[in-house]
Amino acid sequence: MTAALSVDRLEVVFDRFRALKGVSLEVQSGESFGLVGESGSGKSTLLRAIAGLAPVASGSITVSGKKLGARRDKAFYREVQMVFQDPYGSLHPRQTVDRLLQEPLAIHGFADGEKRIQRALDEVGLGTGFRFRYSHQLSGGQRQRVAIARALILEPSILLLDEPTSALDASVQAEVLNLLEEIRRRRKLTFLMVSHDLAIITHMCERLMVMQSGEAVEHLTAADLVERRVTRDYTRNLLRASEGFVRTA
Amino acid sequence: MSAEAIQSRRDWLLSERPASRMQARLGRAYVAWRRFSANRLAFLGLLIIIALLVVAALADVLAPYSPTFGDLKGSRLLAPSAEHWFGTDDLGRDILSRVIFGSRWTLYVVILVAVIAAPIGLLVGTVAGYAGGWIDAILMRITDIFLAFPKLILALAFVAALGPGIENAVLAIAITSWPPYARIARAETLTVRNSDYIKAVQLMGASPFRIVLRHIMPLCISSLIVRVTLDMAGIILTAAGLGFLGLGAQPPLPEWGAMIASGRRFVLDQWWVAGAPGFAILIVSLGFNLLGDGLRDALDPRSGDQ
Repeated sequence: MTAALSVDRLEVVFDRFRALKGVSLEVQSGESFGLVGESGSGKSTLLRAIAGLAPVASGSITVSGKKLGARRDKAFYREVQMVFQDPYGSLHPRQTVDRLLQEPLAIHGFADGEKRIQRALDEVGLGTGFRFRYSHQLSGGQRQRVAIARALILEPSILLLDEPTSALDASVQAEVLNLLEEIRRRRKLTFLMVSHDLAIITHMCERLMVMQSGEAVEHLTAADLVERRVTRDYTRNLLRASEGFVRTA
Repeated sequence: MSAEAIQSRRDWLLSERPASRMQARLGRAYVAWRRFSANRLAFLGLLIIIALLVVAALADVLAPYSPTFGDLKGSRLLAPSAEHWFGTDDLGRDILSRVIFGSRWTLYVVILVAVIAAPIGLLVGTVAGYAGGWIDAILMRITDIFLAFPKLILALAFVAALGPGIENAVLAIAITSWPPYARIARAETLTVRNSDYIKAVQLMGASPFRIVLRHIMPLCISSLIVRVTLDMAGIILTAAGLGFLGLGAQPPLPEWGAMIASGRRFVLDQWWVAGAPGFAILIVSLGFNLLGDGLRDALDPRSGDQ
């Protein structure tokens, strides 16, 4: 089986700052892969570099056996889509949900737009009542559902998730995560998910990579994480931090 | 229409769950209108502009005398009276009629300048802001060159080169008034170009052309409309200034600025000759300013009651 997505010694440089220092990873088709690390560790940058939103200095990215050039073509965007962290910033403030969902269809020249929009909204659990609302008329969870619908409407096989629930409160978080999980199972999608929340990663992902200041620290499976089979101090610290505040004495 | 029918129509417009594209659009327009009409001064501005439009459209009916032919023998420089409400000028022409016909020229200038300058500024600004790099540098330096000269002086130079006349005055004013719009559009573009919703559209595979035209321009338009309406007063004054210097409208065209220019020779003894068109400019400028202020509050979807 070939990897759905593989990244080889990827370097990303902003001005003179090396945000990614030769990171490699491989995600199998249908797998859910997690990226964890403290803020500034480069996990979101890795995601953006794959999506073509960050300047790649060297290294290569391969999607479904095809190596990506500096410019992404339309076929790439039908293969890979992304859900952003902040649902308040990722929806155009002057467009209705309908318009937002129509845009990708218009760009890629789909003829059966009406049906696809209907289906995409149903899939993320938003009825037709939401179709002609503006984003300011939606709650955070509803916005994120719209963003997911927008990412799914082109029927990609790989979904990049940049902390998709960190801006939402706990109960809505669970809803959105369950929705993502369900969609992944139904559509056999490949997930590459960034989070700083280890609980979410263990719940959602089979394998994960720990990152620190632009470098991969270690590769683990979710089971390793649950049983604390970690080898590096950095990961141990992350685990300890995820247990929350512990009162001593 | 009964009270309930009005109420149900309002509910339909303000519905949180619009059922069609049309309803969503009308609903938003209605909210903007409510916000606008709640502002008394802005509403007054709108009334002034509507009055200007009506006067310009019905000038033939409203004007009591001809704007270009006067009675040189019996009615030169008459003070305001029941017969000539605003008096007469040095060629015996009724000033009220001239002011009424002058509204057409004022509108002509204002609308043409807005239609020429605003799209140029919007295009230059959004393209510069979105593209960045050397395209931005070139476009903005050109803008800076235009901004470096005082508006009236630059317009004067253009009119001097193109020849006097109201069409050339319009062109000259349009050429000199787009740079501020480009600046505004660029600033707006810079604030949104790195936002996630623009990134999301890039991730859809949209071309830069499409992103600028369909996603960035709509966000710049409301602040631009506001700025243009606020500038209308300045446009009228620049046109009047060119007219005053004899480089805009040529006699016997009843353009307000040119009327003031010809009235200045006897402004101390026959004040109404220059006073009437001056007052008209004042009122219309005020109207556009008030309208612009109101639009600023009404057009921002992120502010207000939502």
